Amino acid sequence: MNAEIIVVGAGIVGSACAHQFARRGLDVLVLDSQRGGATAVGMGHLVAMDDNPAELALSRYSIELWRQWAPSLDPDCAYRNCGTLWLAANREELQAAEHKRETLSAQGIACQMLDASALRQAEPMLRKGLLGALKVSGDSILYAPNAAHWLLAQGGARITRRQDQVSEVDGNRVRLADGRWLTAEAVVLAGGIHASELCPELPIRAKKGHLLITDRYPGRIQHQLVELGYAASAHANTGTSVAFNAQPRPTGQIFLGSSRQFDSLDPQVEGPVLARMLRRALDYLPELGKLNAIRSWTGFRAATPDSLPLLGEHPQQPGLWLAVGHEGLGVTTAPGSAQLLAAHLFKEPAAIDPSPYLPGRFLPVPRPTEHSA
Amino acid sequence: MIELILDGLALRVAAGSTVAAALYLGGDGSSRTSVGDQRRAPVCGMGICQECRVSIDGQRRLACQTLCQPGMCVETHA
Ligand SMILES: Cc1cc2nc3c(=O)[nH]c(=O)nc-3n(C[C@H](O)[C@H](O)[C@H](O)COP(=O)(O)OP(=O)(O)OC[C@H]3O[C@@H](n4cnc5c(N)ncnc54)[C@H](O)[C@@H]3O)c2cc1C
Repeated sequence: MNAEIIVVGAGIVGSACAHQFARRGLDVLVLDSQRGGATAVGMGHLVAMDDNPAELALSRYSIELWRQWAPSLDPDCAYRNCGTLWLAANREELQAAEHKRETLSAQGIACQMLDASALRQAEPMLRKGLLGALKVSGDSILYAPNAAHWLLAQGGARITRRQDQVSEVDGNRVRLADGRWLTAEAVVLAGGIHASELCPELPIRAKKGHLLITDRYPGRIQHQLVELGYAASAHANTGTSVAFNAQPRPTGQIFLGSSRQFDSLDPQVEGPVLARMLRRALDYLPELGKLNAIRSWTGFRAATPDSLPLLGEHPQQPGLWLAVGHEGLGVTTAPGSAQLLAAHLFKEPAAIDPSPYLPGRFLPVPRPTEHSA
Repeated sequence: MIELILDGLALRVAAGSTVAAALYLGGDGSSRTSVGDQRRAPVCGMGICQECRVSIDGQRRLACQTLCQPGMCVETHA
């Protein structure tokens, strides 16, 4: 045995898993090749998403865990409880906002409708004519790469971190690029979009996203601003879509998303997609045109067919545990994912129903092998 | 020659000078102070690195991509 638990991948999900196991007194070896992943490039909006009950249960539970940790997070994690405003531009979106309010309230998530004038008062930079917004006060933002470091550091001596490329997994064993095999009680695969190189049977597709950040203009916006059409864009299964999503960075920068594209693995910033995304942003924040952008970049979300992560033991590989497929919500849902996985491993009751995230929904359990005479 | 104001002081530069050149001629060479409280200065000189962001007449501009104009007001501590 090289450790009690081996975690492949030190993004936010792998780090949250390592943290959880270390807290339960296990020695954890975290392997990461440092090839980089979504955690380093994403937006870090901790947001209650309600496209289906399982997504809402996991995001709500996870946001609560982030809130508990918030006072002890390092300052460079840049956690801010800025809240989200879901913006309604027309009557249907206003109805959608009201519907969202009911859904979130039913789960005990604090939220309230702002009418047009309350919205203008809260965010004067937004264009005139918006009908209102749903304010979700408990949503926050976080600088995820530093939060991942913080999670690993909390494990103290229980967590060992090594820079290593894993080239093969086989149940509770992993093979390193130099050919050596390492063994543990359990291996946790948290390799993000790269996990399917090690397990080609995983139903994971890359969804490319563009982001852009401005120079520092403190105080222009106060909340994470998202158009209500966002969920439709986020869950489209084909084509390229954009939606307005703007985040106030603690530095005063304005951080803009979002775009979604399938079937590209080219990290290049694409002018036409970025232009569409920015036109959308200008439609909501006309003054943006006077501000300077300083960087734009792209990242890849690991999308599953139902947009929910795979959390649990691989049905065909005893000893291999999956924590992958977090799509555009993995910074939010990392803490809850780690708790669910640990509960499985320790055969404890979980805080939320773990069944919607079980890998078996996509990976068939193998039939007993037939013996030929 | 063109006269502009750099951090409150008058500065004369040759016509056709960039603001980046003016920063070196008239100041400490820096364009701004970073969030980490470090002074920052032009690096690439071709509008890519974004290090030379500076306040010009109240607007954030790139010093290396902006030519000095008469009466221009450049602020590196804004
Ligand atoms: C544009 C964009 C915007 C986003 N915005 C948000 C947001 O606002 N809110 C939110 O909650 N989520 C957001 N997300 C999603 C979120 O960033 C991801 O879900 C999350 O970061 C996934 O974390 P992870 O740990 O699973 O994977 P990753 O961060 O990809 O980490 C995987 C790690 O595994 C390592 N690795 C991979 N293969 C191997 C191997 N064979 N051997 C060793 N190491 C390996 C990699 O080096 C990497 O460090 C966004 C994503 C994108 C792309």
